Amino acid sequence: MTLAKQDKSARVEALANTRLSDCYQCGKCTAGCPRGDVMDMPPTRVMRAAQIGAIDQAAGSLAVWQCLSCLTCTARCPKSVEVAGVMDAMRQIGVEDNLTNPAAVKVVEFQKAFLRNVRRNGRTNETEMATDFEARYFFRRFDVVNALKTGMLAPKMLARKKLEFKLGSPVKDKALVKRIFDKCDVKL
Amino acid sequence: MAKIGVFTCWCGENIARNVDVEKVSEAIKNLPGVACSMNYKYMCSEPGQSLIASQIKELGLTGVVVASCSPHMHLKTFRKTCETAGINPYLIEMANIREQCSWVHPDKEIATAKAIELIHMAVEKVRRNHALAPIKVPVTKRALVIGAGVAGIQAALDIAAGGVEVIVVEKEPSVGGKMAGLSETFPTLDCSQCILTPRMVEVGQHPNIKLMTYSEVEKVDGFVGNFKVTIRKKARYVDINKCTGCGSCWNACPLKGKIPNAFDYNLGNRGAIYIPFPQAVPARPTIDAENCMRIKSMAKGKELCGICSKKCQTEAINFHDKDEFVEVEVGAIVAATGYQLYSIKKEQENPNIKGYGEYGYGKYKDVVDSLQFERLISASGPTGGEPQRPSDHEVPKTVVFIQCVGSRDNAKGISYCSKICCMYTAKHTMLFKHKVHDGQAHVFYMDIRSGGKMYDEFVRRAIEQDGAQYHRGRVSKIEEIVVDGKKKLRCYGADTLAGQPCVVDADMVVLAGAIMPSSGVTSLAQKLSVGYNEYGFLSESHPKLRPVETNAAGVFVCGACQGPKDIPETVAQASAAAGKALIMLSQPMLTREPEIAKVDENLCAACGACVKACPYQAISKEQVLDRRGNLIKMTSRVNQGLCMGCGTCVAVCPSKSIDLIGFTDDQVYAQIEALCE
Repeated sequence: MTLAKQDKSARVEALANTRLSDCYQCGKCTAGCPRGDVMDMPPTRVMRAAQIGAIDQAAGSLAVWQCLSCLTCTARCPKSVEVAGVMDAMRQIGVEDNLTNPAAVKVVEFQKAFLRNVRRNGRTNETEMATDFEARYFFRRFDVVNALKTGMLAPKMLARKKLEFKLGSPVKDKALVKRIFDKCDVKL
Repeated sequence: MAKIGVFTCWCGENIARNVDVEKVSEAIKNLPGVACSMNYKYMCSEPGQSLIASQIKELGLTGVVVASCSPHMHLKTFRKTCETAGINPYLIEMANIREQCSWVHPDKEIATAKAIELIHMAVEKVRRNHALAPIKVPVTKRALVIGAGVAGIQAALDIAAGGVEVIVVEKEPSVGGKMAGLSETFPTLDCSQCILTPRMVEVGQHPNIKLMTYSEVEKVDGFVGNFKVTIRKKARYVDINKCTGCGSCWNACPLKGKIPNAFDYNLGNRGAIYIPFPQAVPARPTIDAENCMRIKSMAKGKELCGICSKKCQTEAINFHDKDEFVEVEVGAIVAATGYQLYSIKKEQENPNIKGYGEYGYGKYKDVVDSLQFERLISASGPTGGEPQRPSDHEVPKTVVFIQCVGSRDNAKGISYCSKICCMYTAKHTMLFKHKVHDGQAHVFYMDIRSGGKMYDEFVRRAIEQDGAQYHRGRVSKIEEIVVDGKKKLRCYGADTLAGQPCVVDADMVVLAGAIMPSSGVTSLAQKLSVGYNEYGFLSESHPKLRPVETNAAGVFVCGACQGPKDIPETVAQASAAAGKALIMLSQPMLTREPEIAKVDENLCAACGACVKACPYQAISKEQVLDRRGNLIKMTSRVNQGLCMGCGTCVAVCPSKSIDLIGFTDDQVYAQIEALCE
């Protein structure tokens, strides 16, 4: 590991709108994290990795995708660091730079499908999003068993009106949605 | 017939929980000579003391035993009670049934039996006590301060302000000590010299202060209130009374800029005749005899050079100067000899301490210690305040600071924390960043210890605002490598918070070496009869309650010679030591405890065993003369001012002719017999 890290850390700081050096590694974020016990790299370690510029490590961890974005860490941080914001930044950098953990492919694809759906409609259409997600996930892993299982579920859910067989249903002001996405500069 | 009163204390629950005080009182009542035996919840309280006083008056007691806590705690209290009740204060004994009994024995029955034994012993001792009177010794109203760093300066100014004459001895040519060489000080970042030099000047000019620079304490005789100190004034080759400090000599010296200046930790150069730094007090030069061509040639019978002497308008230079000895009489001594940095390189003077080969200090030019770095960023330093690395005078962009070099490293032989390195390293990173805006400081630390007013905020400022990158972990080794034709120092460290190794290629490395007492402190401590620990830090009398006194009466300590400490703490301690010295010197006569050794001169064979054994040099061989002045015999005699009553002489005397008053053989044997009954 080398420490030519200013630029990498600065990118996280800009995305999360927080100062990484504020963190003094007390561990309170990990202590209060509802997923801290199952994470491969608990929030304190993600923060440390961000501080020393080890962005690849943090963005490649499973933990950033295990994060529930409940914001308990941010709320309780004694130094008012945006810990959840840093987790979010790590997810974004992971997607943009293709650093995401292969084991997190399902949640990554779901996240992407969700955002694509919102961008198009301004809100989610569950049938459309589920189809998009399942199709793309299938082509990532060619998991036939999974595809059949979820495929079999669809008719049952339609019967119980958990899914509606209807595409689109967008919001009225689509220009506004576009402006939001343009401002965030989200690459999917 | 003895009438002894025994007063057993419950100490609230402390004693009563594990000792059956009622049973103790009953058992003691029947001992021969015991006139009364009582117990009370708090003997040291007002009603407890009046109980003792009333019994003394009513029964006409001839001795008192208080069975309670340690005599360290309350002997003075109960002596006072006896005195006010009208009996001699030395007719009281304490039996320690708390620390030596109830606190250490959980079994109540055993503890009670032991308490009875302890009290019985005390009763037997007090039966043989005699009325004693405190010893009075005269006091010389003058103080000696050894060392003129910030501690010595503060102590001297405070004592002088109290109207007492002070002699200040400093071994370097100028006062100021380590602080004069610092750049800026934490946590306010005010310039060290700016705050110190006015005080240095004041010490030089104060009518009550006699300054003796380039001098050392040679010998200390006498005792509290009456010390006779011999001071060696080292040959300076310049008469500082004639010299005006004009500078013609040091500017003319042909060796100017050729000899490493110790004040700059050898990073800057001076001449053979020099002042260590421009603000030196006294602003008078010194000739370095080891390097001066004239003085070296004189040893061979020639007279070379001598340019400085020709340039001098006032004929102040004397190449034939010799060391002089001056004897002074003082009443109190303040030791303020300060510190030095642990020698980081491999070779060590002290065999118990090892150096760091792995950091390459002394081998790689760009690995410097923290005091050297202070000079490199000081406006008065050899680079005028621009941080330059020593090897090629380039401005370093990446600097690695390593804390705890020596400190807390048991394998190197130093287990203590040097206390100030966390703070000054944070300061270094800030000052570096303020001077090199595109620079990056990396700090390897074990813990950040920043307890103090505005201290932690200061460290966080270094990290958060000035961008110092802190890594928790030690550096394992440093090696010099060449990257793109440039010398770099590769530091193999760890970041335990990230849980991985961490390698930094630095332009310069600064090592925060451990703080050690300055060299020669142990021999000074022996001259002063002051104790010191395994590292040479002088021992205070009590770590909490007597922090500036020492076990040698009349000798006080302050500053880093007592233990690592920062400037505010040093100044506070120096003022405390000055206060204690002033309290002592303000008394017309000094009172000392009468429990000291006494020689029976009729029995003494003057063998001298006690003279050798005495750790305080309090016993000397004297002549016994008859009225006509003829020598009858030799004898040992105890100096009442010096004896600390330790009893070592009693133990070594082959003819049993020394006794310790208040702890005579008679008394001690009676106690042992009481125990064996």
